[in-house]
Amino acid sequence: MLKIENLHANIQEKPILKGLNLTVKAGEIHAIMGPNGAGKSTLASVLAGKESYEVTEGSIDFKGKNLLELEIEERAREGVFLAFQYPIEIPGVSNVNFLRTALNAKRVHEGLEPMNAKDFMALVREKAKMVQLDTAFLSRSLNEGFSGGEKKKNEIFQMAVLNPSLCILDETDSGLDIDALRVVAAGVNQLRNKDNAFVVITHYQRLLDYIVPDFVHVLQDGKIVKTGDKNLALELEEKGYDWLKA
Amino acid sequence: MQEPTWAHLQYEKPDFQAISYYAAPKNQKKYNSWDEVEPEMKEMMRKLGISMDEQQRLTGTAQVAVDFVMDSVSVATSFKEKLKELGIIFCAISEAIQEHPELVKKYLGSVVPSTDNFYAALNSAVFTDGSFCYIPKGVRCPMELSTYFRINEGGTGQFERTLVIADENAYVSYLEGCTAPVRDENQLHAAVVELIALDHAEIKYSTVQNWYPGDKNGKGGVYNFVTKRGICEKAAKISWTQVETGSAITWKYPSCILKGDHSVGEFYSVAVTNHRQQADTGTKMIHIGKHTKSTIISKGISAGFSNNTYRGLIKIGKNADKARNFTQCDSLLMTDTSGAHTFPYIECENSSAKLEHEATTSKIGEDQIFYCLQRGIDEEKAISLIVNGYCKEVLNQLPMEFAVEAQKLLEISLEGSVG
Repeated sequence: MLKIENLHANIQEKPILKGLNLTVKAGEIHAIMGPNGAGKSTLASVLAGKESYEVTEGSIDFKGKNLLELEIEERAREGVFLAFQYPIEIPGVSNVNFLRTALNAKRVHEGLEPMNAKDFMALVREKAKMVQLDTAFLSRSLNEGFSGGEKKKNEIFQMAVLNPSLCILDETDSGLDIDALRVVAAGVNQLRNKDNAFVVITHYQRLLDYIVPDFVHVLQDGKIVKTGDKNLALELEEKGYDWLKA
Repeated sequence: MQEPTWAHLQYEKPDFQAISYYAAPKNQKKYNSWDEVEPEMKEMMRKLGISMDEQQRLTGTAQVAVDFVMDSVSVATSFKEKLKELGIIFCAISEAIQEHPELVKKYLGSVVPSTDNFYAALNSAVFTDGSFCYIPKGVRCPMELSTYFRINEGGTGQFERTLVIADENAYVSYLEGCTAPVRDENQLHAAVVELIALDHAEIKYSTVQNWYPGDKNGKGGVYNFVTKRGICEKAAKISWTQVETGSAITWKYPSCILKGDHSVGEFYSVAVTNHRQQADTGTKMIHIGKHTKSTIISKGISAGFSNNTYRGLIKIGKNADKARNFTQCDSLLMTDTSGAHTFPYIECENSSAKLEHEATTSKIGEDQIFYCLQRGIDEEKAISLIVNGYCKEVLNQLPMEFAVEAQKLLEISLEGSVG
């Protein structure tokens, strides 16, 4: 589904990613761990297409397409979803209105009719239940006045409604209490299937107790320096990252 | 009299000798019903974003009565008969002067005297038509009344006059829409609107203004110098709602004189400027009676190289015990080259009054746009969502069917405006 080769990316001329390779197949969950400043969030931003990041070398193939040639919104419609570390507030725009606009943009891209209001409301109610998001949040302004945990739940909720093929979770566990963490993880586990894939960026092993990864990668100084299974995360928890430094 | 120069506007003064002060549509014709209106004119209205046919179909019954003022003449007034049954008078002001002189004599110029300001004087001297509306005692007008203004002929000015009277305990919701085709020269629009709300009456006056704003380089466009003011008697309420996207220059301050005790004034405004447009707009709330209350919500959006100014006056007279005002003015900048300015004036002569003023200025968030894009929403749509969200408090005040049109208008006005 996703094949990243020798990826180099800069922010304001400063190299952050320095030859990253990563292959993700459908049905897999990949965890990306690593110390602060290693380039984890940069990877998420580059995949989403954020303009402040400049790709200087390498390639990203997504479902047979050159991802780097697609606009941000085209990537999203093709199935790239980024769950934001800090979800953005948009006052006056209701959660459902935003989501319906997004869903219909995707459906039109796929050659489908826009979804009517009735079907859409049935869909969002079902998905809200899945992430235990109170339906009162549906009509509230997007993320405005939401607590940290509610914002993160709302990201997973959007993910559930849009049903993307590649889900990138950028430190979704940061700022979550243990109950919210369980809810978010349960949502992800229900969403995972043989046709989609997850890239879970995290600092802590804790999230991986609930979302069990197929692969754990250590990102350090812009490169993946070690890959293992879920036990690698436990090892990192114990030893830290220093022992991996060359 | 002198033209006012205090506004935060820069423009070439109109040549008042060069303006035609009266222009009538070439095939002047009176209509008995909406069906008789030429398809061409209906098409024109559709272009304004208002499809009468559609509105009639949607609502099942006719809910909107329209007076259509083209150049200087009122050309079509619909549903007059239906309104007449309730005693409501809704007609061209030229007709009202002949048919209802007692009302016109009593109220015309009572809120905006001919000596009020330069443009009001000009209007008072030359106006030939406009709209007139009278709602009798205790009557709640069952439909939206609306007027469409259009400047069609080149080299003409439009100087229409609107007079709305809500008698005791009456209610009316009134909407005006404005448009003008693309022209290279500047056209002058100097209108006067007077509202009279007698005891316990309520007038809701909404404007969707889309006069031609000039081209990208600021060539052409309408000079919109308008005086709008209403007076509230005891426990009466006047609510102004405006969505201003057009005109090269906008100079207008829909105001309320809160004369009666417990009267209420409201002003909800969205003003969008793009390219080289300039707007200096706001309101005056004059608190005279006791326990009078006013609310001001102003949302300015500046794009391109435009300048957008809010100017407001809150005056609390010495007898206005326990008067209250709440003002919120927000400015949203779409580009680094546009400007937002706020000039709030407060004059308070009564120590029991309570006034609040909140103001914010922000730039449209790149993060917000990125968030929308990442969800698959394209940039134009993202801006429209964000801007409509920002204006929601004001758009919510518009009658439903017009709120949708206003949203579309905002979208069109801001096409490709983020920089």
